[in-house]
Amino acid sequence: MNDKQEVTFTVNGEKVSVDVVPRELLVHTLRERLNLTGTHIGCDSSHCGACTVDFNGRSVKACTVLTVQAQDAHIVTVEGLAGPSGLHPVQEGFQQEHGLQCGFCTPGMLMRAYRFLQENPNPTEDQVRTGMAGNLCRCTGYQNIVKAVQYAANKLSARSV
Amino acid sequence: MIPPSFSYRAPATVSEALALLNESDGEAKVLAGGHSLLPMMKFRFAEPALLIDIGRIPELKGIRQVGNRIHIGAMTTENELLESALLKEKCPLLPEVVRWIADPQVRNRGTIGGDIAHGDPANDHPATMRALEAEFVLKSADGERVVAADDFYLGTYYTLLEANELLTEIRVPVLPPGTGYAYKKLKRKTGDFAIAAACVVLSLTGDKCERIAITLTNVGPTPLRAETAEKLLTGKAIDDQLVEQAAQLAMEICDPAEDLRGDKEYKIHMAGEMTRRAIREAIDRARGRK
Repeated sequence: MNDKQEVTFTVNGEKVSVDVVPRELLVHTLRERLNLTGTHIGCDSSHCGACTVDFNGRSVKACTVLTVQAQDAHIVTVEGLAGPSGLHPVQEGFQQEHGLQCGFCTPGMLMRAYRFLQENPNPTEDQVRTGMAGNLCRCTGYQNIVKAVQYAANKLSARSV
Repeated sequence: MIPPSFSYRAPATVSEALALLNESDGEAKVLAGGHSLLPMMKFRFAEPALLIDIGRIPELKGIRQVGNRIHIGAMTTENELLESALLKEKCPLLPEVVRWIADPQVRNRGTIGGDIAHGDPANDHPATMRALEAEFVLKSADGERVVAADDFYLGTYYTLLEANELLTEIRVPVLPPGTGYAYKKLKRKTGDFAIAAACVVLSLTGDKCERIAITLTNVGPTPLRAETAEKLLTGKAIDDQLVEQAAQLAMEICDPAEDLRGDKEYKIHMAGEMTRRAIREAIDRARGRK
């Protein structure tokens, strides 16, 4: 029951192997074993979205995924967003539009925005709100978060033209 | 919060999963999307000795039409239902319901099979399945049986599913053109369970209601079917007065649990209102107005 299992997956393009008991949650593996502390633990009950990561091309809440379920998975965390040429457009959007105050929800917001804009590259304001509905922010009132996502949408579509 | 200790297996086929279930003597739980089970384990409401993760079984995925029914693999995620062109065309009630479930991230993990088999009266698929007169395929090492959604729910977290059985497939009808449908859910915020919700599926001949199903979410120990209200409306031209009478009959069968979402009286009242709205919208759709 407490036997550790080896789990191998990719995080931010890098292959990693961890030995974990089955009850270990993905968010703890990321933060405590791999030192990727950008992924935050908020409510710990799949409501707030602070622990959102990209998992096989889908946004998931890492507090409600077991690490053993991540065998062979491709995971992207907030640490994987910025590239050699600087911030990712969603990060730039949050900076330019003041999409954060305390910043606790921001990594989850960024990771959801990153995937949402691939699902829907030209969203309306309503679609941004619905697409980001799994992430809670207690500071901003969301207005600037919506603007930040729209900023990133514009920047990304300009880049792909 | 970390769940209590358990052993973990991730079989690659249904028959392996069934063998594990059979050996486990009721000590195992099946892990689907995990967004009900893992939170329950964190709170120690569930402490299974073994988790059988069915997320790596390809045969449990997918949506396909077979004759006049659509077969949905139990491990199909909510977002896959939402994205399905087949469902949108042939059974649009289902994606409409999914939009009211949880949030984008949770819908990427949560599955239709998990939502149905969990037996939580707050879940949205069970009432929908009763209104659609869906069928569930239950497999065990001894064979399989196909049961009606109408017979499946016995009590809170209590269904026909035996400890050695696995829900593998959900079969819903292709809705004929002109079918009216609606799911009306009142909730406090994104991701919340319903204060009350009503599902209606109906067909009209001229002005007359040929057939109607009315079901309710989260206002009793199981999804409820408002049979007396259905009988009242069947064969009649539904006017405002009949809608009101049907809503009153639906409210009579409600027995919601009081919680932070409201007391009994409020929830029953809202179940009535959701019923009125669902009947009206379903009629509008059947007449091609919406």
